[in-house]
Amino acid sequence: MNAVAQRNEFRDQVISATPGGERLLDCIQCGTCGGSCPNGPDMESTPRRLFALIAAGERERVLHSNTMWHCVSCYLCTSRCPQKIPITDVMYTLKRMSAAEEGGTESDGASLARSFAGYVDRYGRSFEFGLASRFYLTHKPSSLLRMGPLGLSMFHKGRMSLTPSRIRQIRQLRAIIDKAKELGRNGEGQS
Amino acid sequence: MKYALYPGCSLDNSSVAYAMSLEAVAGNLGLEFETIDDWNCCGATEYHTIDKLAAHAVIARNLALVDEHLDQVVAPCSACYLNLKKTDRVMTEHPDLGLQVNRALAAGELSYEAGRLNIRHILDVLYHDVGEQAIREHVTQPLRGLRVAPYYGCVVVRPYDDLDNAEYPSRLDELLGWLGAEVVDYPVKAHCCGGHMAQVSEEQAFELIRRLLSSADEYDADVIACLCPMCQLNLDAYQDRVNSRYHTRFDLPVLFFTQLVGLALGLDRSALGIGKEIVTAEPVLDSRIIGMGDAAPEA
Repeated sequence: MNAVAQRNEFRDQVISATPGGERLLDCIQCGTCGGSCPNGPDMESTPRRLFALIAAGERERVLHSNTMWHCVSCYLCTSRCPQKIPITDVMYTLKRMSAAEEGGTESDGASLARSFAGYVDRYGRSFEFGLASRFYLTHKPSSLLRMGPLGLSMFHKGRMSLTPSRIRQIRQLRAIIDKAKELGRNGEGQS
Repeated sequence: MKYALYPGCSLDNSSVAYAMSLEAVAGNLGLEFETIDDWNCCGATEYHTIDKLAAHAVIARNLALVDEHLDQVVAPCSACYLNLKKTDRVMTEHPDLGLQVNRALAAGELSYEAGRLNIRHILDVLYHDVGEQAIREHVTQPLRGLRVAPYYGCVVVRPYDDLDNAEYPSRLDELLGWLGAEVVDYPVKAHCCGGHMAQVSEEQAFELIRRLLSSADEYDADVIACLCPMCQLNLDAYQDRVNSRYHTRFDLPVLFFTQLVGLALGLDRSALGIGKEIVTAEPVLDSRIIGMGDAAPEA
């Protein structure tokens, strides 16, 4: 009984955290998603298989899968799904759940997202140079040398600023973000 | 008509050529833009990975800041366009989530009524609002002889397909045709450039970029026309690295479609940001466009 209840709980969590997520229940396992995905061959499980695992309540296997971290949000699967499952949004939900999981797989995708969101929180704008340099320094120092010449070209072409811009009303933005996170924690932003 | 403009972060930096050409073309075609005052980053795909409600609230702040007299918002960046449009749609279709977004906005003394704004990509505005007749009338330097591969990328045509076909779009093809260009019909024009993947996994990103360059090259394109900063950056800035990895010799300039519109309108190249690209475009523009080399100003 308990096992059955837990299985439903994981699937329900995924559904309630995804706008339109209830359509997951309509999955017919046709595989159009995986066949359409530009990164399908690199995924441990295609979206189709992942949805079967979700239906089976395999929380650990799903959240430790690399599938969602290979999703580039191209929406080809979403656009083609005959059951109109918002697959890209389900992938976002799984990314959030996986990133929040204790001892979850530490994907470079999660680190990049955290760095990026950190700049938005601090400045209200993204900061390409900061993001590139910080991310490569902390995660891919070996790539920094190869990326250096490109960064220099971008700078010379006037395509890369070395200092971030900050919006005027950064306190207003932060108040909005803090409130949204608080509401989210209290489970009030479910669907 | 007057539009609220959401420029997005890339147009200040890596895609300054998009910003320059947009301004020049708008001036020539009589489009009036009012930049949203104190706009903030849309969070790209990244904020959605961190916190759903905060991601929508960050986006909605921009919608809330649009001048109350305006009801059309234009975004040149595909990712910004999708984010703005999606938050508006999600708030409309899921009123409970819309309510929460507004509770967050209220912490900054703002609010947004879902559905108030019509969020549009600049391709949509040039195609529908300016339209074929006006664009043809403004062309003073047709792009005859230039083979242009229109590249749509993903999110201007997906998941919302009200602007164009999600699988085989054609609006940009048509527009480039109005400019007199030879439009290259190639099979991957709405395939993915890899987005942020170049920062996460070069192996995956470069393979996706290679497929696009390879197909455009196979169909004898002289240049690729983009409508997204991320696509332009990936195809242009990483082209050299892709060549190294796959031992290829692609030499395909990647321009924003607004730069090509500007060229056809006879606008000054430097005002269009031509020369900002890493794979230089000027030699092919001069040699391919009939009458262009002769008209080029002395360097």
